[in-house]
Amino acid sequence: MKDIIGKIYGINGPVIYLYPSPGFKMSEMVLAGADKLVGEVIGLEKSRITIQVYEDTTGLKPGDSVIPTGKAISAALGPGIIGSIFDGIERPLNEIAAKSGAFIPRGVNVESLNAAKLWDVSIKVKPGDRVYGGTIIAEVPESDLVVHKSMVPPDMTGTVLWTAADGKYTIKDPIVTIRDKNGKERELTLVQYWPIRIPRPVARRYTPDRPLITGQRIIDTLFPVAKGGTAAIPGGFGTGKTMTQHQLAKWSDADIIIYIGCGERGNEMTEVLEDFQKLKDPKSGKPLLDRTVLIANTSNMPVAAREASIYTGVTLAEYYRDMGYHVAIMADSTSRWAEALRELSGRLEEMPAEEGFPAYLASRLSSFYERAGFMQNLNGTEGSVTIIGAVSPQGGDFSEPVTQHTKRFVRCFWALDKSLAYARHYPAIHWLSSYSEYIQELMMWYTQNVSPEFIDCRNRLLSLLTEESRLMEIVKLIGSDVLPDDQKLILEIARVIRLGFLQQNAYHPSDTYVPLEKQLKMMQTILYLYSKSKQLIDLNMPMSILKEDGIFDKIISIKYDIGNDELYKFDEYISMIDSFYNSIMEKNA
Amino acid sequence: MSIEYLGLSEINGPLIVLEGLRDASYDEIVELVVEGTKRKTGRIVEIYEDKAVIQVFQGTEDMSLYNTHTKLTGHPMELALSEDILGRVFNGIGQPIDGLGRITPKVTRNVNGRPLNPCTRTYPRNYIRTGISAIDCLTTLIRGQKLPVFSGNGLPHDQLAAQIVRQASLAEDSDEEFGIVFAAMGIKHDVADFFRRAFEESGASSHVVMYLNLANDPVVERLITPRVALTAAEYLAFDKGMHILVILTDMTSYAEALREVSSSKGEIPSRKGYPGYLYSELAAIYERAGIISGNPGSVTQIPILTMPNDDITHPIPDLTGYITEGQIVLDRTLYLKGIYPPISVLPSLSRLMKDGIGKGYTREDHQDLANQLFSSYARVGEARALASVIGEDELSPTDKKYLQFGTAFEQQFINQGLSENRSITKTLNMGWSLLSILPREELDRVDTKVLDKYYSRDKG
Repeated sequence: MKDIIGKIYGINGPVIYLYPSPGFKMSEMVLAGADKLVGEVIGLEKSRITIQVYEDTTGLKPGDSVIPTGKAISAALGPGIIGSIFDGIERPLNEIAAKSGAFIPRGVNVESLNAAKLWDVSIKVKPGDRVYGGTIIAEVPESDLVVHKSMVPPDMTGTVLWTAADGKYTIKDPIVTIRDKNGKERELTLVQYWPIRIPRPVARRYTPDRPLITGQRIIDTLFPVAKGGTAAIPGGFGTGKTMTQHQLAKWSDADIIIYIGCGERGNEMTEVLEDFQKLKDPKSGKPLLDRTVLIANTSNMPVAAREASIYTGVTLAEYYRDMGYHVAIMADSTSRWAEALRELSGRLEEMPAEEGFPAYLASRLSSFYERAGFMQNLNGTEGSVTIIGAVSPQGGDFSEPVTQHTKRFVRCFWALDKSLAYARHYPAIHWLSSYSEYIQELMMWYTQNVSPEFIDCRNRLLSLLTEESRLMEIVKLIGSDVLPDDQKLILEIARVIRLGFLQQNAYHPSDTYVPLEKQLKMMQTILYLYSKSKQLIDLNMPMSILKEDGIFDKIISIKYDIGNDELYKFDEYISMIDSFYNSIMEKNA
Repeated sequence: MSIEYLGLSEINGPLIVLEGLRDASYDEIVELVVEGTKRKTGRIVEIYEDKAVIQVFQGTEDMSLYNTHTKLTGHPMELALSEDILGRVFNGIGQPIDGLGRITPKVTRNVNGRPLNPCTRTYPRNYIRTGISAIDCLTTLIRGQKLPVFSGNGLPHDQLAAQIVRQASLAEDSDEEFGIVFAAMGIKHDVADFFRRAFEESGASSHVVMYLNLANDPVVERLITPRVALTAAEYLAFDKGMHILVILTDMTSYAEALREVSSSKGEIPSRKGYPGYLYSELAAIYERAGIISGNPGSVTQIPILTMPNDDITHPIPDLTGYITEGQIVLDRTLYLKGIYPPISVLPSLSRLMKDGIGKGYTREDHQDLANQLFSSYARVGEARALASVIGEDELSPTDKKYLQFGTAFEQQFINQGLSENRSITKTLNMGWSLLSILPREELDRVDTKVLDKYYSRDKG
């Protein structure tokens, strides 16, 4: 079978066509031309074979040969993934840089994982053990934060015949031999391969019932996402999608973060890389890079690899989920991925559906988001994959196809608002157009783990904000002076909520991440201020007197004035509100 | 190797089709000779067996199916480079048009460039002082950034770009070598002339390389002009260690040219007839800015684009905004009020400024001040909207203060002379003195300590 080669007859951008040849399979990885450019078979016809190439096709000629590899486009899974930065088809960018300098050449041949590095392996099975897909055969400390668990590939069962002794091995060394159910001997190493477009199998799916805690107030409190859930962050340019993704990647309580920079800016990826080396994980104090994988396919890298980068990322995530970890994927941005689909579809001269996007856009999106979930793995462990996708709607218009289809498949929608961003209110998540369908499922968790009051406070906050927006309609027409005092109070308290609670400063050392307990205390304090002020208003005290005290602005700056470990200070604020109430009562009784 | 092919099989707009080619490769450059005298250059954009679709840079006028000789060059578009390009003027595909003869090349480079590996980039952190308050304070330009100017026809984007070049290049600590690469795509002769004079007046013309594709030059040439210019910029920056500022104007003409060629090729259009790969094409240009670690040079880009019908949601500004690191938006209403530069600060943004300002770079209060100015100016809009409904007299005292602040901010802070070069201290102090129009409790974006230090000091 070695001498099967195809010959190119046509080239159009990243798409090449071959003369028909037997031996090519759908979705197979191929190597094209003298530079051995990586490509994938995407269409087979009697008259021709269609291939998308993951690199720049400049210089390819009709007649050049194309070699099939017999494998689908796969991700190499093994120790060495954590802390690395890969391109869209899992080639390590720092290896590429070491090999060929600052600019990325074509056809560069590097291994996904470092094959020379010796890992400290401790074997977890012994001869005679029955093993199944997913059984953990060895453990390797991969970084200070992650213990890598090597598993039997999902499609294999058998009996262990031999194991290596604990010690130092490379990913290529055999560590376990098993006899599979057909009686064949199979050698297992620390590395396995899995086709990126196929979800890794699991035992069963659970209802996601615990939140991914992010330390971002508007998310944790108003619109929480569950572990194993899906969320979308749509927003026009400059509204802070990337900032929000960075914040989530830094502070969310997942075990592992996969950050996919899909068609985004090179400098941003460099920023993530530099920041994550310096920033420390709040729980362990280790660098965040020790739990992070970066996949960078910047906007000027080849478009077909951009399409693949999303799948590469989710495959890595599923692999770590199979070990029993909670993994969160930040995909920035899924619109760039959808546009890559559109670009390739255009090159293939397919019939376009809405706005030039191919008709299969919706099904591709849904199959991507469905790879999220809280799962029981084949080996009995529990793990989750949470997908948080940024969406960059054309012209900031949420009615465009990518946003609309995404909305159908995600259960959490954090809509970024241009006017909030213009006023530099960050995170610019708009509280009226966003939603989270997880709130019902998570209610129990909040009640048991934070406080029974939590959800109630949240609902009262949201209803005050809704009331404010109704009143603002009136204010826009007649001004706020003519409103009755109880409505003025709602405007004032909503201002406190917006500035003091929803707005969060990512560059402030204690405000960048806020624990749930403090979030609750802040809500309670704001609502206490509201109820006390309401009592005064009900006694016919005018709003102007209440505002003289400056208590509202003191509450707004709680986020800066009370550190995350100084929760006892909230009592001072409660007594401050009481004395505010008493002094007004005395003066005006 | 040098087989000449006689004749063509098809001519369609800027594209020609040639059959019977041997050994042609994708993206290769071909040389064409029409009627034995006229030389043209083309690029293979599609290839099927022995048949190639070629895009002719100089247009297909005078060509017939029989009068053309074609020769393959065997390589993609390349540019000959040496330091001598400084001070020279070239056409859109890098041929000299200033009558000073050819460049003796030290190196030749593929104009398509290669993507810069994110691992080898250095995150840009050094700010460039432009002396323009609205930019320095609110949308700070950082060395290695790509910061476009979104403008409209008739707005003074050229003057603004020229002022940035003039004042940024004269920064006080400039013992470092700097240079300017200017790429014109489809702009008018007068505009090109304006820039030439502006460079001369600033005494920088010996540091300028100009690539000019003017409005009446061939449309297809425009597709290559930014690539040629950026190849030169990368050479000067990363081989010669210079700090290069690249001005690309007008990106709208570039996108229009892309649409024109795409439709001649019969491709499936996406939004507003632009091809589906517009994003990738724009990204391939804009991403060629930055700093390489361990290399002294840098490439900073200021692309200028005119928004068709002043519409910021049009595909060209829209896709640009998703690639570039912020934008400076010009506004017609401000311009009509007589304010120069008419920078609409609310939609303007510099994504890199957060790390290039503050203590050690500009001044500790810079970020807080900028946030507060943005936030207060956003409130001005609300107060103005209200005033237009209920009349100014009916506004609350606070809202009246906001109106006063808004006018002062536009007239004093944004507005400045064409050659007025403000220091960063002056800009920041001016910001504080404007904020002191507002009552202290309205300033909710500023840390209390910063407020104590700066708010009271400038009051009165």
